[in-house]
Order: sequence, then C-alpha cells, then structure tokens
Amino acid sequence: MYGLGMLKGLGVTLKHFVVTYLEDLRWIGKRYDSPESLAVRQGSQARGAFTVQYPEVKLPVPEEFRFTPILLYEEGPNGERKDRCTSCGICAKVCPPQCIWIVRTTDPATGRPVPEPAEFYIDVDICMNCGLCAEFCPFDAIKMDHNYEMATWDRLSDKERLLKPLSYYAAIRPNNYAREEAARAEKEAAKAARQA
Amino acid sequence: MTDKVLDNVESRLGDGVVRDERGGYSGYLVPAARLANVARTARDELGYDYLSSVTGVDYLPEGKLEVVYQLYPTAGGAGLVLKAQLPREAPVVPSLVPLFPGAELQEREVWDLLGIRFEGHPDLRRVLLWEGFAGHPLRKDWTEAYFEEDAKPFKSRWPEGKIHRIEDKVPFRHNVAYPPDFTPDGWVPEGDAALYAGLGQVTGGGNGGDPALNTDEIIVNLGPQHPSTHGVFRVVVRLDGETVVDLKPVMGYLHRNHEKIAERNTFLMNMPFTDRLDYFSSMGNNFGYALAVEKLMGIQPPERAEYLRVMMAELTRIQNHLSAIGFLLNDLGAFFTPVMYAFEERELILDIFEATSGSRMMCNYFRFGGLERDLPDGVLPKIRELVYERLPRKVDELDRYLTENEIVRARCIGVGVLTRERAIALSAAGPVLRASGVPYDVRRAEPYSIYDRFDFDVAVRPHGDVYDRYLIRFDEIRQSLRILDQVLKQLPEGEIQTGKPQYQARVPAGEAYGRVENPKGELGYYVISTGKPTPWRYHVRAPSFINLTTLAEMSRGYKLADVVVSLGSIDIVLGEVDR
Repeated sequence: MYGLGMLKGLGVTLKHFVVTYLEDLRWIGKRYDSPESLAVRQGSQARGAFTVQYPEVKLPVPEEFRFTPILLYEEGPNGERKDRCTSCGICAKVCPPQCIWIVRTTDPATGRPVPEPAEFYIDVDICMNCGLCAEFCPFDAIKMDHNYEMATWDRLSDKERLLKPLSYYAAIRPNNYAREEAARAEKEAAKAARQA
Repeated sequence: MTDKVLDNVESRLGDGVVRDERGGYSGYLVPAARLANVARTARDELGYDYLSSVTGVDYLPEGKLEVVYQLYPTAGGAGLVLKAQLPREAPVVPSLVPLFPGAELQEREVWDLLGIRFEGHPDLRRVLLWEGFAGHPLRKDWTEAYFEEDAKPFKSRWPEGKIHRIEDKVPFRHNVAYPPDFTPDGWVPEGDAALYAGLGQVTGGGNGGDPALNTDEIIVNLGPQHPSTHGVFRVVVRLDGETVVDLKPVMGYLHRNHEKIAERNTFLMNMPFTDRLDYFSSMGNNFGYALAVEKLMGIQPPERAEYLRVMMAELTRIQNHLSAIGFLLNDLGAFFTPVMYAFEERELILDIFEATSGSRMMCNYFRFGGLERDLPDGVLPKIRELVYERLPRKVDELDRYLTENEIVRARCIGVGVLTRERAIALSAAGPVLRASGVPYDVRRAEPYSIYDRFDFDVAVRPHGDVYDRYLIRFDEIRQSLRILDQVLKQLPEGEIQTGKPQYQARVPAGEAYGRVENPKGELGYYVISTGKPTPWRYHVRAPSFINLTTLAEMSRGYKLADVVVSLGSIDIVLGEVDR
C-alpha cells in the first residue's frame, strides 16, 4: 500500500513522543535536575526526549575533559603560595598555536635564572584546547581546566588568573591527582634514598 | 612487491623513467614530457586505474618543483608513485585530466598553492584562494603576513617571553598583499566571469529542445550561505528551465592553508590540527597522520593501542554515517527531526570520546607509536552497552523510520546516478565509490593497522544513485558494529605506547604516504621529512574535496532540487574541503 512506509516512520516518531511523557511520569519531580535521572537519561538506557535545559541543567563532565590550561600552586601551612612551574618552557615549546609566553625570573643579585616564572601568559583566544602542554609538563604544573564558561573582557590570561590551588585540581581530577601524587612521592623517596 | 615485478614495471613504463633513488623515497621519476604516456600505460596496461592523489613539493634548495601522483589499482594492492621534476622558474607539466578527470580539482589546487601550470587543463583557475591573492603560498620562499619564524617553537614565547598580539604588530589592512597589477577597489570579479564563461562552453540541450519557446539558460548561485550547502560553500548552476545543464563548485571560504601551518609546526603539533580537517571524524584523521609518521619513524604501536585505534575509528565511522544520513534527510526536506534522532546515538558515542580523550570532537587522541592514554575506568562497559545493546537496536529503528518512506524513495531512487566507470575515473572515494558498485575499501584493499585480522564485508551497492549512497551508510554502520564486536572480544591488556612519549619526535628523512579509510573516503597524508623537527612537506588528500569532483556528473540532466540531494549524499565537511 502506498504510504505504508511513511506511516511506519510516523509510528517511530509517535512512539518517541509518547515515551517522552511516560519518562516524565517515571521521573516525576526530578526529571530535569537530579543526577540519578541524568545518568540514565544521558546513557544507553535513554528514551524519549534527550535534551537538557542548559544553562539551568548542566551535564557533569568526565574527569579527562579538557578546556583551557590552568597553573597549579601548592599551599604552605601559613597560606603562602609556591608555584609548581619552573619556567622550563616545555609547554611553550610544545604548544601548537604558540599561545604561551613565559617570562623567566632572574636573581637580581647574581643575574642567574630562578626556577619560577616572573610572568606567564596564555592567549586563550588562540589556545586550541589540545592539552599537549599538560601532557608533557614534567612538573605537573600546568593542567587542563573543567570550567567551560569563561566569558571575560580580556582573553589574555596572566599568571594571576591562571593560578589555581592544588586542592582545586584534586577536586576536578581526583584519579589523575592520586596517580600523579603517588608517582611524585615515589620519585622523592628514590631521590632521598640516593642522597642518604 | 618483489624487485622482479618492479623491474618489469620499470621496463613497461618506458624510456626515461627511473626509480627514485633518494634515501627514504620510493616510486619513479618521469620526464614531464612523457608523463601522459606513462600514466596511460600505468592505467591501461598495468591496472593502476585509480588516481588517488596529486600534489606538489617545493624543493627550494635544489631549485626544483616536483609533482607527485599516487596511483592505485581498484582491484586492490600497493600503489604506484610517479613524480615529475620541474624547474622552479617555469614549472609546466601536462595535465592528466583527459586521462583521469578526477585530477581536475587537485591540479587546480596544485596550481593555486604551488604555481605549477598544468597544460591542457580545461579550467585552470585558483580554487582555494581568490584572484587578489599574491603568490603561491606553499612555495618555501613565500611568507605569510603574520610571519615570525620558519619553524615553531618561536623564540619570542620562550626563552624571551616577549608578550605581543600579532594583530597589533600587523594591523588590519597591512596584513593583505595584492598581486602587482591588482587594485581591490576597482576589482570586478573576473573569476566569476571566467567561471560563468567556463560553464557557457558546455552545450546543453538548449531551450528544452523547442526553439519556438525562445527561453534563455540562466545561471543560479547556490550559496555561499545556503542552508543546504553544509557550510560556506557555493555551487554555480547553469539551468535550462529547472534542469541542470552544468555546474561548478566554488570553495575556499574556510581556507586557512592547513598545509603551510603544518610545515611550520613540529610533527606532534600537527596532531591537534588534523582534528580540524574533517571535524566529524577527528579520530580517523589522527589515525591517518599517525600512520604516515610512524611509517617514517619505523615504529609500531603496541597491540592494545592497535585495538583501541580500530575501536575509535569504527565508532567514528558509525557516528559520522548516522549524521550523514540525518543531514541527507535535511536536504530532502525532512528538516531536523531525523538528524536529531541520529544525533542521540552520536552524542552517546561522543560521550565515550570525551571520557577517553578529553574532547568530544577535537579528540587529539593518537600519538606516534601509541595513544594519549588508556581507556579510563568505566568507559569499556559503556562501549559494550552501546555496541551490543543500544546501537543495533537504534540503527534498525532509524532504518525502519526512513528507508521505506515513499517520499525518500521517490526523491532518491534513480537520482544523481554515478556509473561505475565514471566513479573510478573521477577518483571518487569511500561510500560514494562503493555505492557505484566498486568494492574498494582501503581497509581491505591495502590493510593498515590490524584490519587484516577482522572479519567484515566491504559494503557495496550497484546502482550509484542517491538511494544507494544512503543505504550503503547503513550497511557500513552494521559492518562497523561487526568489527567492534570482534575488537571487544579480542582486546588485549598491556601497554598503549611504544617507547617513552616524546614531544620532539625524531623522524628520519624520507617520504611516506599514509592512507586510511575515513568515513568520507580515502584520507591520505603525504609527509616528507628532512630529519628536522618540522615536516618539509605535509599534504592531505581530503576525501570530501575530491569527491566534489563528482557533483557535476551526478547533477547534469537532473532538476535543481536534486543538486542539493546529491550534495547531501556525497557527505562533505567544509573543514576538510577548504583546508
């Protein structure tokens, strides 16, 4: 019969339409913002309408998600900051669009370089979010952020804007943090053993 | 291939053809004057009937330009590389368009970017750049307005740390250079005149075959901002009533000279740039580039990495074909409901990419000799659920939803026919070629990675119309699911990187052509290394770009509305077309 194919197809859309409302009933009251409903609705069990109401509802991002780079600092017991970056320049050298500028610190007395950046700029305008800087940083100092809502007046980020405490990193990437800290501790122990 | 067979090829190709003896190079050097004869012999007598890629290289220190042709037999097997060396001052080479019409756009590209003239080309105009562009940018002595140094990393970033924004150094209006006799203010788009004249040379049926009607043929521009052109892309169509007499695609609106950027980059820096070619299938783009560089470096990824690579490539194929089907339905007028249904499954696949590589579309996941990282915890069960449970069901549902629809059938069956012979001659690739009855798939014809281990069928459809190009995408999705099933069952444990990951890959001098079967067709990377940290030459054989050569063939004699459908059935991405 002519039109049967169309009717069959319309059956698919009709089912989709009905299921959307059945799902509404199933998740009554918590369909749009509860983590447990989102986990199902955005997984392979999803049925009916698939969209979420951004920005009211935000999907959680996976741990490996990368957006723009951040610099990490360690917090001392009295709140003092210690940059992890040693201004070795590997991130600037590996950066594909060349959006990282590092101004090195020199000791005013001796004129010799100090392993700490005086300034650190990232032109977020140019950054292509590839994550190579974080991947090849030997000091775990530059990492990729999870924050993807970053409207600003100036897209050139300086050190002040880039610096984030280590605890922030531990919160957004717990598994990576645990793995890296274990590796660092091991290295430290090996170094101490060699010196002893 | 054994030496004996090669010797045979050499003698068959005739006088003056010598093997390329440079270290790390292969193929044959052909005198420019004999090129057409040699190519004809290769095609008619040796079976190399498919011209995959045409490109050029500027050997500035030797004062030579070289044109490189990659030919393959559609029966499968290794390729034949022909090269013609030309003096830099007057580079002229006979055009191969009369033999291989598929070279048309590619030869125009080589003329545009390298300034090599192809004698006998029917329409040798710039293709990616406009007439007001000074010079040929891929020449090694050409520098861009924002030029800083020949190769990255730039010293101003580190150790100097001289922060600047390049547009402050070279402000607007100072960043453009015109050819000597060119004034932009008084410019009449001569290119358009030439374009229309080029269309006018084609003799159509004329006035619907009835002189008494006294109608004129008209020229219509589709695009560059037309919703059905899949991006900023223009098609100039000459119409007789509603029937298409001829058409020309016009592209380059998204051109950024990807290849010049790549020749300033180090080898690794190019990896994230390949993501931006066909941004629907970045994993596949990574794959091809990694293969080409690994060939040069002579390394192999570990077993687990090979399996993960194939897994990612096949997931990419599934989500690309789902969107291709959806967008084809858009072009047919089923506006956005089918594409949104297809996008649901695509989103779930992209969730896997995001969890694994960190990004949904710009994955940047492959490294030379391995991968960026292993699958994080919890991803593998998700992939299993998708492959075994959700995707087969949902693909069947989409099939049921659309395939038997009478409107889809009426609009697609018998429309935009591309015959088997013309598909090969026009260098069509991927689903477009296979829907015309040519069972050519790089995964089977010249297996790369570990594709020789998997049991799958090369999808092929006989009619070459839009409906077959639509159906073949369902076939390929089902074959990909078959491969994924085997990958998931065989996936070994172990390392995912050969050697230590390095940000400065040491690549020995030589050339390599790495090609993969990307969702849109054969994607090839021609990479030349001189042993330095940056490639000397990096060329992308972009399947969407070359498949566009077939658009005119598909559209002639059909109605204007069918142009849109044919374009949709080719499945192009402008990031790759314009590069």
